[in-house]
Amino acid sequence: MIKNLFKLVAVLVVASLSLSARAQLVVDITSGIDDPTPIAVAPFSFSGTGVLSEDVSDIISADLRRSGLFAPVPKEDMLSFPKAPDEVIFRDWRILGTEYVVTGRIEPQASGYLLTFDLVNIFGQQTMFTKQVSGGSRQLRDIAHRAADEIYEAITGIRGAFSTEMIYVQEERRGGRPSYSLVRSDIDGARPKVIRRFSEPVMSPMWSPDGQEVAYVSFETGRPAIFRENLRTGARQQLTNFKGINSSPTWSPDGSKLAMVLSKDGNPEIYVLDLRSGKFTRMTRHFSIDTEPNWMPDGKSLVFTSDRGGKPQIYQLTLATGQVDRLTFDGDYNARPRVSPDGKTLVMVHRSRGVFTIATMDIVSGRMRVLTETRLDESPSIAPNGAMLMYATKRGDKGILAAVSLDAGVKYRLPSRSGDVREPAWSPYFD
Amino acid sequence: MFKSVKTGLGLACVLAVMAGCSSTDTDDTAQQQMVEQPTEPVVDTAPEPETAVPLDNVVYFDFDESLLKPETRELLIAHADRLRGSAQAVRLEGHADELGTREYNLALGERRANAVRDFLVLQGVDAASLEVISYGEERPAQAGSSESARAMNRRVVIVK
Repeated sequence: MIKNLFKLVAVLVVASLSLSARAQLVVDITSGIDDPTPIAVAPFSFSGTGVLSEDVSDIISADLRRSGLFAPVPKEDMLSFPKAPDEVIFRDWRILGTEYVVTGRIEPQASGYLLTFDLVNIFGQQTMFTKQVSGGSRQLRDIAHRAADEIYEAITGIRGAFSTEMIYVQEERRGGRPSYSLVRSDIDGARPKVIRRFSEPVMSPMWSPDGQEVAYVSFETGRPAIFRENLRTGARQQLTNFKGINSSPTWSPDGSKLAMVLSKDGNPEIYVLDLRSGKFTRMTRHFSIDTEPNWMPDGKSLVFTSDRGGKPQIYQLTLATGQVDRLTFDGDYNARPRVSPDGKTLVMVHRSRGVFTIATMDIVSGRMRVLTETRLDESPSIAPNGAMLMYATKRGDKGILAAVSLDAGVKYRLPSRSGDVREPAWSPYFD
Repeated sequence: MFKSVKTGLGLACVLAVMAGCSSTDTDDTAQQQMVEQPTEPVVDTAPEPETAVPLDNVVYFDFDESLLKPETRELLIAHADRLRGSAQAVRLEGHADELGTREYNLALGERRANAVRDFLVLQGVDAASLEVISYGEERPAQAGSSESARAMNRRVVIVK
């Protein structure tokens, strides 16, 4: 508990240091599973004075709805607002067909709030748990997301990812010139904060596995260069300044290395930079384009895009031996692979019939499945629990972010209110 | 034995490339040369270069292609005629359209710019005066998703 509180306080410090981005993303759910679980998050009581700045029970409902697995009961349909399990009238909720009810009580604390919440199973007529989450005075959203994580995990058996974040690239026009920003927000698009603004393009943001740093490519020096930046302190370091391409940084699972693409040898090759020694090791030797590396969870191999077969396809490189094996065979354009946390599934940009979509592939069977039906989908990034991925697409001429579950059942969009947004990077867990 | 020789050569190449690319030394040298010889007229085989009309400085490509089109070759020959023997620094900026992934397009933009560079060098232009930089799809010439916009964005810009 105390540990969590410290973490929340750390989050708050970062939030208050950062600039506030004007454009908030707004969730627009486009498809859910056929039979989502009915759940009611009854409005929470507050024992302090005044009105809270956030509606915590509403945020929990929105989180659960966005997962696509739950159908939260609207407040106006509830026959009563129980504040604790002993106030739950099972018969009333059964009539509504509600399977679970969440009750909760928020208390003020010296420097913030304490939420005590309960998950009640209506058909089993039992309280599944009572838990507590606390946070600072400006962390009601963090408290809500943590509670949603607990509820989601108790019912689905899968760890929740509502308290994760994302980093994305935003392009706006300022005074007739393009302006580029790296923006960090909650995974629901709320609380966007500009990490850094650029007058030249910025691309390929990637979280470090501990969630403390971001690596990205910036053109601010006049050519693409790779930077790493500490998200808490804002301290940053330029890692590369080679002639040609310096791109696609991606941290090894243990955070000790960075795979990247350098074209200093004449064409793009995959390199691994040891962050402790500063030593670069060339991993591929081919006259074709080799790019977009991503680590397998065991850190023993990389998947990457190469057009060595004539068209972009995905290959696997075993680091110990240098052996390269082709993984994708369906379609004439498969690129920018990302590996699921269990190492079993690849997600990628896949072209079929001239349309760029997001697809998954079971690595063992090679079976491919198209997840999205929009036209210009790119940059998939998987949640740390492997349940959903975020990607970039176009709506009209505007770049927006969207999410889809890895089984394609659940979809939602996060349109930006201003500017183009793209290249979402889903954070790891922060603990 | 053969393998170690090859490795040695590879290392030498890498070192050479790194030496050549580290920082802006080459740019400085080029500028210095220009400053040192201001009175010497530029030797050019092209007749009356000063009266020549400016050449188009953008060449276009097909999707996922870096092959030079016949009309591109003609234009590049004209550029080469003017650049040959000159120490003028030239930037070749490679670009891609919005189709396909961003990092792959960065590589594709570089491949296009390299194709232009290699062609100019074959025509006698000093390789040291040519710098290649790719922006991938990050700096489109024309916004939008129409085929005409995309065709305008699959390009290499010759910046003198």
